[in-house]
Amino acid sequence: MDRTYLPVLLLLGFVALNAVLIVALSSLVIRRRPSPVKDSPYESGIPPLGDARERFSIKFYMVAMLFIIFDIETVFLIPWGVYYRQLSCAVPMVNNVCPAGNVSFFGLGEMLVFMAILVVGFVYVWKKGALQWD
Amino acid sequence: MPYDLGIPGQLTLALAPDLVLLGGAMALMLVAAWGPESAARQRTVGIGALVLCVAVLAMVIAVAIRQPSAANGVIAVDGFRWAADALFLLAAIIAIALSIDYNPREGILAGEAHVLTLFATGGMMLMAAARDLMVLFLGIELMSIAVYAMVGLNRRSPRAAEGSLKYFLLGAFATAFLLYGIALVYGATGSTNLAEIGERIAALGLSRSPMLLVGIALLLVGFGFKLAAAPFHMWAPDVYEGAPTPISGFMAAGVKAAAFAAFLRVWLEAFPGVYTEWHKAVWWLAATTMVVGNIIALQQKNLKRMLAYSSIGHTGFILVALAAGTPQAATAFLFYLFAYTLATMGAFAVIIAVGQSGGSGDRIEDFHGLWHSNPGLAVAMMVFMLALLGFPVFGGMGFFAKWYVLQAALQAPAPQTRLAIILVITSTISAGYYVWVVMVMFMKQRATDALRIPPMPAMTRWVVTASVALILFFGVYPEPLVRLARASTAVGIAPVDGGPASTAALQGQ
Repeated sequence: MDRTYLPVLLLLGFVALNAVLIVALSSLVIRRRPSPVKDSPYESGIPPLGDARERFSIKFYMVAMLFIIFDIETVFLIPWGVYYRQLSCAVPMVNNVCPAGNVSFFGLGEMLVFMAILVVGFVYVWKKGALQWD
Repeated sequence: MPYDLGIPGQLTLALAPDLVLLGGAMALMLVAAWGPESAARQRTVGIGALVLCVAVLAMVIAVAIRQPSAANGVIAVDGFRWAADALFLLAAIIAIALSIDYNPREGILAGEAHVLTLFATGGMMLMAAARDLMVLFLGIELMSIAVYAMVGLNRRSPRAAEGSLKYFLLGAFATAFLLYGIALVYGATGSTNLAEIGERIAALGLSRSPMLLVGIALLLVGFGFKLAAAPFHMWAPDVYEGAPTPISGFMAAGVKAAAFAAFLRVWLEAFPGVYTEWHKAVWWLAATTMVVGNIIALQQKNLKRMLAYSSIGHTGFILVALAAGTPQAATAFLFYLFAYTLATMGAFAVIIAVGQSGGSGDRIEDFHGLWHSNPGLAVAMMVFMLALLGFPVFGGMGFFAKWYVLQAALQAPAPQTRLAIILVITSTISAGYYVWVVMVMFMKQRATDALRIPPMPAMTRWVVTASVALILFFGVYPEPLVRLARASTAVGIAPVDGGPASTAALQGQ
């Protein structure tokens, strides 16, 4: 048996035990005095106004979808930014400095291509009128 | 002059046809969005997409003639890839040509339909090129997401919505299987590169590793779904019935061919060392698929559903070639897919020509007495049905396609005799529904209230005529195509030579 994972197992057991203990203790020791306010799902929030399962305008979904697509570009931009110096060096870096005469435009070019593809998508969305609310 | 895939510029060159196609598709996407949807704009985008496909096809042929090569990398540069690319582009050209006429008739005015076809084709080309499981995954997703949307193009049709949603949900599920399989294979071998996986399985003696075998099994489920192989075929009839007819044809031909091309490369390049293990699974997959597809097809009253089950049956036939796992099988596989693509897409083209707006024309009654009203269409449909059946001479190259698969199965170092027997028996069963269509066209009377079939639009006419001509021509004279297929697989997927034969040698050590 691989002993490396033993601490993880112990931790899992401890967490489960802890959760059971807290819930069990609080239900044993507690004095019950229910009131309508205490029974509402959010004790300190706005009172609920009917069912949440109603029809939403499709525009909300459109906006959410576009947000996800254009938000994800940031996820790709950050590692690129962190790694940019290495990407613009045609040979391995020496002491975190690119040897003279080896600067390449690979990193910049890759990101420009990525951005160009995104812009095409953006222009498409714009032309289709998906960015207009009405 | 081999490409060095480690250099970005050379990698770009090796991917040039795929990149040109995808770049052109993006430009056409903007053309489609530049004004309100209209039949004219739809047509402009469609013609543009056709021109682009033909240009890329010419490019692929020009590259293939130069026979470039590359050392091991993320992308394969070999004849198999170019042959598969040509096949996908052929399917795309037919689908777009049919859509240009079909879409306005059904009220689908979005030019994006053609753009999605192009994106899907780009994904397929990437799948055929992938020599790395991650690139393969990228290709599969690029293809699948475009196809999910293509199935639901007809927004007014509840059946299209049903098909699209079903395909999307089950497809996402299958993708999860595939990805988990990739993760486990990577976990067992420490590489996503197909050639490296193959080497490490042999070098580290992993043929009994449970992690690797579970990974291969999950990959098989993922591929089985994309191929519509039984028991992962449940979605196919609903999706083919709901999708716009040209797209049904595109899925039956192109998507299936792409999944097969990737399947063949992964299995023969990465997993020859565990041939004895996966062979059993593929054997059962092939046998079940042939039996299920061909028997359920007998029951169908709707021609699109019947062709869906027929395409499931054909998946089984092609899997027989794969179970043999030899270079000869890869040759038979390419020839089969070419014949099958032409016959299936031709049959869908005839359904389009017979149908009226509103999506009719796919019931078997619509074909009653077609010979008496439209003899040309009836003869064309007869050729397609007989080609799918594998009938000699009148079925053209369909006969040779099955012949080569049988030959490959029987002449393999480990002959697939029982699979070959099942293939012949199920082919005979399939006559029950293919010949039935021919029978009702020629021997039944046309219903008196049957709507008159409008004259065929130009594009559809071209597709039907060219498909019939090619099927019959290569049925009489298959040599050039066979030589081409053989040349493509001889240079490409080289480790196929290390298929079952060398596996036996490995195990003997």
